Amino acid sequence: MSHEDVLNPKHMPHDPEKATLEGKNKFLAFWFFLGGETVLFASLFGTYIALNGSTAGENTPEHLFGLELVFLMTMMLLTSSLTSVYAMYHMKNHDFRKMQTWLAITVLLGLAFLGCEIYEFLHYVHEYEFTFGSSAFASAFYTLVGFHGGHVLFGLSWIVALMIRNQKRGLNLYNAPKFYVASLYWHFIDVVWVFIFTVVYLMGKVG
Amino acid sequence: MSTTAAQKGGLGAAIWDYLTTVDHKKIAHLYLVAGGLFFLIGGLEAMLIRIQLMKPDNNFLAAGLYNEMITMHGTTMIFLAAMPLIFALMNAVVPLQIGARDVAFPFLNSLGFWLFLFGGLMLNVSWFTGGAPDAGWTNYAPLSTTSPGHGVDYYVMGLQISGAGTLIGGINFLVTIVNMRAPGMTYMRMPLFTWSTFVTSTLILFAFPALTVGLFLMMFDRMFGAAFFDVAKGGNVIIWEHLFWIFGHPEVYILILPLFGAFSDIFSTFSKKRLFGYSAMVFATVLIGFLGFMVWAHHMFTVGMGPIANSIFAVATMAIAVPTGIKIFNWLFTMWGGQIRMTSAMLWSVAFIPSFTIGGMTGVMLAAAAADFQYHDTYFVVGHFHYVIVGGVVFGIFAALHYWWPKMFGKVLNEKLGKLAFWPFFIGFHLTFFIQHFLGLMGMPRRYWVFLEGQGLEAGNMISTIGAFLMAIGSVIFLINVVYTAVKEKKVSGDPWDGRTLEWTMPSPPPHYNFVQTPLVRGLDPLWVEKTEGKEGMTPAEPLGDIHMPNASILPFTMSLGLFIAGFGFIYQTDDKTWLVAAVVGMAITLGSMLIRSLKDDLGHHIHKEELEEDIKKGVGK
Repeated sequence: MSHEDVLNPKHMPHDPEKATLEGKNKFLAFWFFLGGETVLFASLFGTYIALNGSTAGENTPEHLFGLELVFLMTMMLLTSSLTSVYAMYHMKNHDFRKMQTWLAITVLLGLAFLGCEIYEFLHYVHEYEFTFGSSAFASAFYTLVGFHGGHVLFGLSWIVALMIRNQKRGLNLYNAPKFYVASLYWHFIDVVWVFIFTVVYLMGKVG
Repeated sequence: MSTTAAQKGGLGAAIWDYLTTVDHKKIAHLYLVAGGLFFLIGGLEAMLIRIQLMKPDNNFLAAGLYNEMITMHGTTMIFLAAMPLIFALMNAVVPLQIGARDVAFPFLNSLGFWLFLFGGLMLNVSWFTGGAPDAGWTNYAPLSTTSPGHGVDYYVMGLQISGAGTLIGGINFLVTIVNMRAPGMTYMRMPLFTWSTFVTSTLILFAFPALTVGLFLMMFDRMFGAAFFDVAKGGNVIIWEHLFWIFGHPEVYILILPLFGAFSDIFSTFSKKRLFGYSAMVFATVLIGFLGFMVWAHHMFTVGMGPIANSIFAVATMAIAVPTGIKIFNWLFTMWGGQIRMTSAMLWSVAFIPSFTIGGMTGVMLAAAAADFQYHDTYFVVGHFHYVIVGGVVFGIFAALHYWWPKMFGKVLNEKLGKLAFWPFFIGFHLTFFIQHFLGLMGMPRRYWVFLEGQGLEAGNMISTIGAFLMAIGSVIFLINVVYTAVKEKKVSGDPWDGRTLEWTMPSPPPHYNFVQTPLVRGLDPLWVEKTEGKEGMTPAEPLGDIHMPNASILPFTMSLGLFIAGFGFIYQTDDKTWLVAAVVGMAITLGSMLIRSLKDDLGHHIHKEELEEDIKKGVGK
């Protein structure tokens, strides 16, 4: 049997992302990778919490943050996680078109989130002169939230690349693990944001 | 594909083959050569340090150069010598021990190597561009954040790049061991070397990201005007120490655990007995790995964390002596009553036990937080960690290389030269470092470039330097042995030691697909199980059929090269913003290569049954 036949079976299995050894390996490796990412963000959160009050007499969290925009961003990202679940649901039903549609909606929500974040950063820099080197708190804030933003950007580029690459040929056992793993990444980004929303913004306003 | 290119001959083809290879056995060669080279560089730096400290008030090295020397010696030995040599062993052995044809991600395996190599090169380029890093291998802030020149920048970028490679390697081995084991190879039948690789990979996965973050913070402070460690802007220098040791302490277990595994396999083979207390050994390995994460602050007893934190970390540290003790006794009991063969590999292993135990004992002394205020930053600490790292890791690497050399290269290292290398190294090691404990207790601080006359430190330092020269002689004899063996020694069979585990069931060196047929594992020490039943070789678990193999690729090389270029861009953009071009171009090469990898299908290729039958006729099946 050639690769083509193996990767495009007549009846797609229920879990196309784990039907091949390569798929199983990717699936497991990505969970391990997310374990490492968790330590990465835990270290960044630890740094942020340690430097939370170290504003050097400059802008404080209470002074800076506006919860309205952040609430909107949270809703966008949470919804995008839901739409990526729909996409994976359709992958398991072997409905490629619907999967692409829901992925496209996910990407749009992610882009909107990213746009808001860029606006937020620019706003802080221009209105408050709150820059990367203003204080230890500023460095910690931009690094933690910026790392998350970088992950969003990378995730969006990844999903878009996969969508364009597979637009014509549809789903098979070779690309199913790729889509699945990208959606896992997207969920992880979402979970990190929940912690950022709580630790940075809510605790910054109230704590 | 790549192998056919190599067969056509020519140096160019061979180089291209190694640049693009995804075969774990060839990647092991690459790690071995690169790690060996950095080991020599690090060793040379050590010799220069010892020459400087040979006599009081010496002026062989200037003070600044001495700082660079100690920094680069530590950093090189840990990150660029010990780590890759361990990865060489893991790559050479683990897939064979579990009955796999390759690792789970051959492409990533190659990427891990090239990232490590380019990171190591980056670090060492600093010698030629105005000064190496000089803030110690621990790179504490604010010493590091205020260090002039670009030395520390090279430290940051070099370790960031090579650290990414290590992390990738760790994930790869985790998945390989979970998913790629042959039928019947249950977790509790895995050889100890595979078990310790598994635990080590877990430690890599959870420890290295902390270093990644620490290095990013350092990079942002030094190159992009952040204020993490700038106290005037509210920064806190202790954050670096925590992040560094949250990584750094597990790192020492990352170094020693694989060699604990190698020693276990060696003791068992050369005592002709199954390992004493196998399940206790597995349990102890996992426990050491777990406790390894709970003790990082014992490096920071004098920082001022307070008595409660100090006590907790002191007790946790002492607890590690328990599983380590279990291991020491199990090795002794493995040898007890066995038919012991004192090969070179066994010699290094036997020498390891008392040497490492001394290091463990001084470790417990250091763990006593109150006493540590006296030992801290003295030569006592230097003596302690060289006893565990040289007496454990380096002895282990020598032992494991002697043991697995025939599997990697098809020839047994000359035994006479092997033993001739051992004795000067072993004696030199104890001469060098034993006396350093006493120098430390007498008050000699570490990292100082000179000591004064008339304080009773002369004799001790002279002895230490003489010992260092003996170690150098031992290393050189080992190198001579490598060359001598390659030229003079004869090829040996696939099982020169009367082995017990799966790697000895195949020819040396193995064919690039490893197993013609995946073996069926029927117990612990699977080959020994078959031997006791009078069988030759393993029972296959599958009929003879086509084998699926991965394709070679140059992309891992280009990805790493891109980061290497970008690294220079990041370092020098602080002087001149046009260097940002290098950063952008480098990142574009890396991200572009990643995009190609993602978009271009790489389905691998098949080795057909007919080719395998040809190979069997030539004797590969045995």
